[in-house]
Amino acid sequence: MSKTSFLNPFKAIKYLFEKPQTLQYPFEVKEIADRYRGFHKNNWDKCTGCGNCADICPNKAIEMVKIAELTAKPEEGMKDERPQLDYGRCCFCGLCVDICPPGSLTLTKDFFHIHFDTNTFTFIPKDEKMDKETYKSEKDYSIFQASITHRKENYDGFSPDMQYALFEPDRVEMPEIEPDVRKLSFIEQVIGYNKEEARQEAGRCLECKLCEEACPANLKISDYIDAIYRDEPKESLEKIYEDNPIPSICGRICMAHCEDACSLHIRGDSLAIRWLKRYAADQIKNFKEELELKPGTATGKKVGIIGAGPSGLSLAYFLRLQGHEVVVYDELPGGGGVIRTGPPIYRLPLEAIDKDVNYIGSLGVDFKFNTRVGKDIEFEQLLKDYDAVFMGIGNTVSFSTRVANSEKCVLALDFLKDNKIGEMRKVDKQVVVIGGGNVAMDVARETIRLQHLQYPDDKSLKTMVVSLEDWGKLPATDVEIKEAKEEGIEFNPAWGPKEVVLDDKGNIKGLLCKKVKSVFDENGRFAPSFYEEQEKFLESSMIIEAIGQKPDFSFLPENLSDKLKFTERKKVKVDENGMTSIPKVFAGGDIVNINLDAVTAIADAKVAAEGIAKFLLNNKNK
Amino acid sequence: MRELELYFGPQHLGMVGNFSITLKVEGDRIVKADANPGYLHRGFEKLMEQRTWMQNFPLVCRINVVEPDHMELIYSMAVEKLAGIEVPERGKYIRSIFCEMARVASHLFGLWAYANMLGFDTVAHWAMYHRDILLDMFEELTGARVYHIYVRPGGVRRDFPDGFIDRLVKTLHKIGGKVPDYNATFFENRLFQKRAEGIGVVTREEAIRMGAVGHTLKATGMKYDIRKIEPYAAYDQVDFDIPTRTGGDAYSRLLTIRDDMIESVHMIFKLIDKMPNKGEVYTKTPNPFKWKIPAGEAYVRCESSRGELGLYIVSDGGDKPYRAHFNTPSYNHGLTVLEKALEGESISDVGNIMISLYVVPPEIDR
Repeated sequence: MSKTSFLNPFKAIKYLFEKPQTLQYPFEVKEIADRYRGFHKNNWDKCTGCGNCADICPNKAIEMVKIAELTAKPEEGMKDERPQLDYGRCCFCGLCVDICPPGSLTLTKDFFHIHFDTNTFTFIPKDEKMDKETYKSEKDYSIFQASITHRKENYDGFSPDMQYALFEPDRVEMPEIEPDVRKLSFIEQVIGYNKEEARQEAGRCLECKLCEEACPANLKISDYIDAIYRDEPKESLEKIYEDNPIPSICGRICMAHCEDACSLHIRGDSLAIRWLKRYAADQIKNFKEELELKPGTATGKKVGIIGAGPSGLSLAYFLRLQGHEVVVYDELPGGGGVIRTGPPIYRLPLEAIDKDVNYIGSLGVDFKFNTRVGKDIEFEQLLKDYDAVFMGIGNTVSFSTRVANSEKCVLALDFLKDNKIGEMRKVDKQVVVIGGGNVAMDVARETIRLQHLQYPDDKSLKTMVVSLEDWGKLPATDVEIKEAKEEGIEFNPAWGPKEVVLDDKGNIKGLLCKKVKSVFDENGRFAPSFYEEQEKFLESSMIIEAIGQKPDFSFLPENLSDKLKFTERKKVKVDENGMTSIPKVFAGGDIVNINLDAVTAIADAKVAAEGIAKFLLNNKNK
Repeated sequence: MRELELYFGPQHLGMVGNFSITLKVEGDRIVKADANPGYLHRGFEKLMEQRTWMQNFPLVCRINVVEPDHMELIYSMAVEKLAGIEVPERGKYIRSIFCEMARVASHLFGLWAYANMLGFDTVAHWAMYHRDILLDMFEELTGARVYHIYVRPGGVRRDFPDGFIDRLVKTLHKIGGKVPDYNATFFENRLFQKRAEGIGVVTREEAIRMGAVGHTLKATGMKYDIRKIEPYAAYDQVDFDIPTRTGGDAYSRLLTIRDDMIESVHMIFKLIDKMPNKGEVYTKTPNPFKWKIPAGEAYVRCESSRGELGLYIVSDGGDKPYRAHFNTPSYNHGLTVLEKALEGESISDVGNIMISLYVVPPEIDR
């Protein structure tokens, strides 16, 4: 080892003449890095209260607390809870930021807090807009007062970034038949997930359960999704059957309110909950053999159900599990009600309906098909024979536009029904469909298929949709509109029918339309107004009206139909037990709720099932 | 002369960290040393069994205060091995650069402790300052100064921010430019040489027998480095040297640390030159709430600034580790090697030797 000079260390003396490196804190403050992980900030407008931050927190520093000023909106996936931080536990890892599905949670560059009171270390973060007290402008901020509640505004540090999110925002694409192919026949459009796809999609679920609150029937969604992820389709189906006895149907045509509430939906695609339900239902080939559900012990009570639609089927199932004897009447040759006649075969094949109906039948529910109440059997007879009667008759009669010569038009439900369970209708080469809802889309899309089947290789085929509502306000779902467009359907939004124009022979020549000024009046009531002078003529020889449907109460005898009370929105009025104003008559489904879909009908059936159980029990005691 | 029992630490000015050594002394010569750990047991390995695979990486870094980064790295490597996850190329380079930054920061911290212990306050302050400006770079890259929580299973959490490389190079040049001053005032200072030369000698045979790793082994002339033996991250992509010395004493160990630090800086420059400009920095891992790893076990190792660091991890197919166990370099150095190295030395050199062996007590207890 070479010996160095004793004077060598004195080279350090030069540092005496340099500027000191020590910062004179707090007068001299170092700039904080842009990614700094300091105190939380939460944008309450974006936050849904899903609680994923609390779930991932390794130190359980985050607790979801109820906020009195907030109102929960389950249908929008909004909870009235917001995260509360305990800075005695937080390790500032930022996992909460990376998992936050709406991206509302951010870490800021503020980190300074000293206090005698440990309670001040628990804090519900808000953002600058909500909490002007905490976030100070440059002018009002003082480092001598710096604390959790005295922070700089717009001082974001570690921020949410989709590129590094811990969840998977993209949905596993559902294999579908291409528009050019599917419009040529009634082939089922959606192919369905295979096992790998289903498990991958189920693996995206964050288990925040916003969907379960949004679902009218409150299905245990995260449980059955998790069972699919664990590759247990039977367990999954059993979970579904706790609340929904028609999984093959709902797995295809459910309006999926759950998917609108899904927390992944905000910055990515919502979980494909409906398709996963369909996967679970399709995996089990024979429900009767695999599921171990048994009817309850016989109670000796009899319930008659009118209509084998979703509400009637579900109620029959729930009551059967309670042990009651159930008889279901329906005028159609099979179960499903409006679901049997309405949704086109390419969306809901009859086999899927029969699979669910047959299983309910196998539990001992007595189906009396081809039996119309009021014609084949009188309503009073039902009241006499049964301890309770349920009406789930659905909306079975189409409205007409009632413009001049509209009696020459075809009504939507008749058209759909014939195509589904009767003989396929003959269509013309140019067809106009009036209406902008999902039924109108079904009609238009069936029409284009029929046209291609009946006039192969004809270039003049044309299906046009006329709707009062403009783009963006159409009542049909976005997916339906997109798929209809893909199949070549022409849209004429914001036009209303003025007159059906006839030729000399009395055949339809076309539809004369007038421009819509507004659809609703200032009170939000349906009252369309038009620019009468702005006209448009759509040439066609066939017009189908799909502007809505109503129930048919003609089976009710006069003395009872007078007693039946309706709400302001012309719905049958029921109490909290699902009972109508006629004693021992219950109701549910489209005639009661305004959602007009299968899953809400199931929800009604659940209410009625409990109401009927209570009603029967009370009667027994008397 | 009468034999006395002397308790050195945990409350002792010369002790670094919560650690204690029971010394049998004759005069001021140590006859026998008995390492006495356990003051810092926090039960990390047990805690890891309570947390999901994703929740664990913010935890493990806390095992070692001086150098948390290799703990994150080794945990992530173990999970990747168990789950069969491949890290993208750019992610590997970032991991290597990050780990070399950590090595420099850790060595500077060690240098502070050592210089401080011997009374070289000037050097100690320099080392602390230089560590601090390196921590600024960590803050910019990861969002935190000490517990970076940056290396995650699958890769790293964020890419380099804009202009980061330029600022990193500038900072490293600033630190590297002071090496002559460090040499003049410390490494080549005759006072320091007198304090460190021939102190705490560990021969190569002893080192190997007692499981010494890192620079304790390198100071006896062994070229033993996991980065070479079992390359991980991007270490197989760059050419680097393993500095060694032959003395086996405290002075040789310190010079090895210095050379290691210089080599690390050079390696960062090489890595920056070679790393791909674009690309993913991490591989997507499954949903953290549903992530289950097939049953199995894995042992992974890496070269931390103190030597070989190992992690044995077992999965029973669940969403949490069934068992995790760390093999930390300080465990060997602080218990067996230290006891041997202290024999026959003076009481005044206990801290000197302990820090030259780079014993970090939290690593022993975990």
